[in-house]
Amino acid sequence: MNLFCVGLSHRTASVETRERYVGKPEIERLLREQSGCAETLLLSTCNRVEVYGVAEPPVANETIRGCLIAADENSEDATAFYRFEGEHCVQHLFRVASGLDSMVVGETEVLGQVKQAYENARQSGAAGPYLHRLFQRAFRVSKQVRTNTDITRGAVSVGSVAVELAVKIFGDLSSRKVLVLGAGETSERTARALASRGVTDLRVTNRSADRAQNLASVVNGRAIAFEHWENECREIDILISSTAADEPLLTRDLLAPILRERWDRPLFIIDIAVPRDVAPDVNELEGVFLYDIDSLQAIAAQSLAQRHLQIAAGEQIIAEHVSDFGTWLRRGSTATRSTADILHQPIAEGPLRTSQS
Amino acid sequence: MDRLFLLASTLCFLLAVVRSVWSIRAGVFRPGQFNFVAIFAGFILQTAFLWMRGQAVGRCPLTNLFEVFAFFAWSVALIYMLVGPAYRLSLMGAFTAPLVLAIQVFALTFLSDQPSVARKLVNPWLEFHASMSIVAYGAFALACVAGLMYLLQERQLKTRQLHSTFHHLPPLTNLYAAIIRLLWLGFGLYTAGLVAGFFTGEPLPVVKMSFAIAVWVFYGIILQGRYLFRLAPRQVATLCVIAFTTAVSVLWGITFVAEKLPT
Repeated sequence: MNLFCVGLSHRTASVETRERYVGKPEIERLLREQSGCAETLLLSTCNRVEVYGVAEPPVANETIRGCLIAADENSEDATAFYRFEGEHCVQHLFRVASGLDSMVVGETEVLGQVKQAYENARQSGAAGPYLHRLFQRAFRVSKQVRTNTDITRGAVSVGSVAVELAVKIFGDLSSRKVLVLGAGETSERTARALASRGVTDLRVTNRSADRAQNLASVVNGRAIAFEHWENECREIDILISSTAADEPLLTRDLLAPILRERWDRPLFIIDIAVPRDVAPDVNELEGVFLYDIDSLQAIAAQSLAQRHLQIAAGEQIIAEHVSDFGTWLRRGSTATRSTADILHQPIAEGPLRTSQS
Repeated sequence: MDRLFLLASTLCFLLAVVRSVWSIRAGVFRPGQFNFVAIFAGFILQTAFLWMRGQAVGRCPLTNLFEVFAFFAWSVALIYMLVGPAYRLSLMGAFTAPLVLAIQVFALTFLSDQPSVARKLVNPWLEFHASMSIVAYGAFALACVAGLMYLLQERQLKTRQLHSTFHHLPPLTNLYAAIIRLLWLGFGLYTAGLVAGFFTGEPLPVVKMSFAIAVWVFYGIILQGRYLFRLAPRQVATLCVIAFTTAVSVLWGITFVAEKLPT
C-alpha cells in the first residue's frame, strides 16, 4: 500500500496561492471516487491544505490538485505542492501535529485542527485502518513532544507575553483590576488577552471620551474620565498604557506617593506606547514591574528562540516513532493482499514500542 | 542501626537534589511527582529513625545535638509535606531537598552521636517545649525557602531576565501568601513552645531564654511590621531569609557551646 501526503503550506506557497485551494469535506469522497484512493483525509488550515491518502497504485499529484482546486489555477501552483510517501509522510504528519512545521513553532492550535480533520474523515468513513492508526499515533507523538520538550514554553506575542507576566505576578487574574490608558489597537488586544484569562474589572480611559466608551464596550469594561486616571492608580493592579503623548504621563514623582498607600500590592505596568508613556525609572520603585514594548518583544523573541532550540529534541522523539511506525507499515504493505482485504481485516493492535517505554 | 535509616533518608534527599539540579541545568525541569515522592520516602525513613531512637532513649529523641538536627530536618520535611503540595509550590521541593540534605549531612558528618545519659524522669513540658520549638523552626525554614523563591522570581521580573526557573516558580502573590502563612504557623508553634518553656520547672538558662525571646520578637516584628512599617513583600521575604539564617546560626552556636561546657 502507498501511504502518501500531497499538499501545500506556508513554507511553499503564498497566501494568494493557498487560498486558491480549499478544503471541503466532500473532497475526501471525490478523491476516493476519482483517484481510487482506499483511504483519504483532508487537513485544511489557514497555513496548509494537505491530503493524506492510502492507495494502490500511487495517485498522481495532478489528480489530487485537480480535486482541491477552487479557483483559477496559476501555472506556478504546481511547484508549490509537495509530496511525501511512506515513512516521510509519517514523519511529516508527526511534525505537523507536534507544531514543528507551524509558522509559530510549538503552537497548539494545529493539533486541534488535525484532530478535527481526523474526526471528519472518521465520521464520513473516508479514513480506514491505515489512517486511523497513523493519526492515533500522531496524537500520541504530539502529546509526547509537547510534554517532554519545551516546544510550547513561553509566550510569543506581545499580548500573550503581557498575560504570562501578569499571571506570574498575580496568579489568578479574575479579581484583578486593569486600567487601559489610551484606546489604541495594541492596548485593545492586550486587554482582550487579559479578559480571556479571567479579568472582569476593566477600566478604559482616553482623551477622547467616545473612543474610551467604544473600547470599553468592546472589552466589556467601563469608561473612566481621563482626568481621573491618576486616582485609579491607587486601586488598579495592571496598567496598560498606549497614549500618543509626547512626554511620559507617569513619572516616578507622580507614582511614588500613590505607591505608599498600596505598599503590599504589586503594580504591573505595560507601556506599549511609542514614545513611552511611563518614565523608565518608575521600574525602580518598590513593587512596580514596568515593561515597555521593546522588553515585551524581546521576551517574545526569546521564547520563540527557545522553542526553536527544542526542535531537535522533538525531532528525536518523532524519529523513534517514525521508525516504529515504518516497521509496521512495511509489514502491512509487503503483504500480498488487496486493499479490500486489508480494509476488512482488523489491524493487529500489538504493543508498539514508544520512546517512553 | 537506627542511623542507617537516617543515612537512607539522606540518600533520598540527595536523589531529589541531583535530579532537580540535573533537570534544571539541562533545561528540562518538570514539576512532577518525583521530588515529592523522594522527599516523602526520605521523610518516612527520618520518622523511622526518630521512632527507633525515641524507643531507645525512652523519650522524645532530642538528647544530643545530632538528634536535634535530625529532628529539625524531619520538621522541615514535615512542613513541606503539609504546605508544598497544598499551595502547588512545585519548585519548593527542589529548594527544600538541599536544605534537608545539608542539615542531615552536617549532622551525620560533624556531630557526635554519643548516647546521652538517660534522665530518670521524662519532663513532658520540656519535651513539648523542645519539639514545638524545633517544628516551628521547620516552618521558619520553609518560610525562608519560600522567601528565596520570591526573591528569585521578583528579581527576574524586575530585571526582565527570564530564566528557565521563571516558568516553574509560582506567582509572586502566591509565594507571598505562602510566606505569611508559614510565618504565622511557625510563630504560633514557637509561641506555644516558648510558653511551655516556663512550665518546665527547671532553671532557665539566661542566654537561651534571651535568644528564644529575641527570635520570637524578630518574627513578631516581621509579621506586624507589614502594617507598622509598611514592609513591602520583597522586604518581608528578605527578612525571612535573614531571620532564619541568623537564628539557626546563633542557636547552633549557643547549643554547641552549651553542650561542650561541663555541666
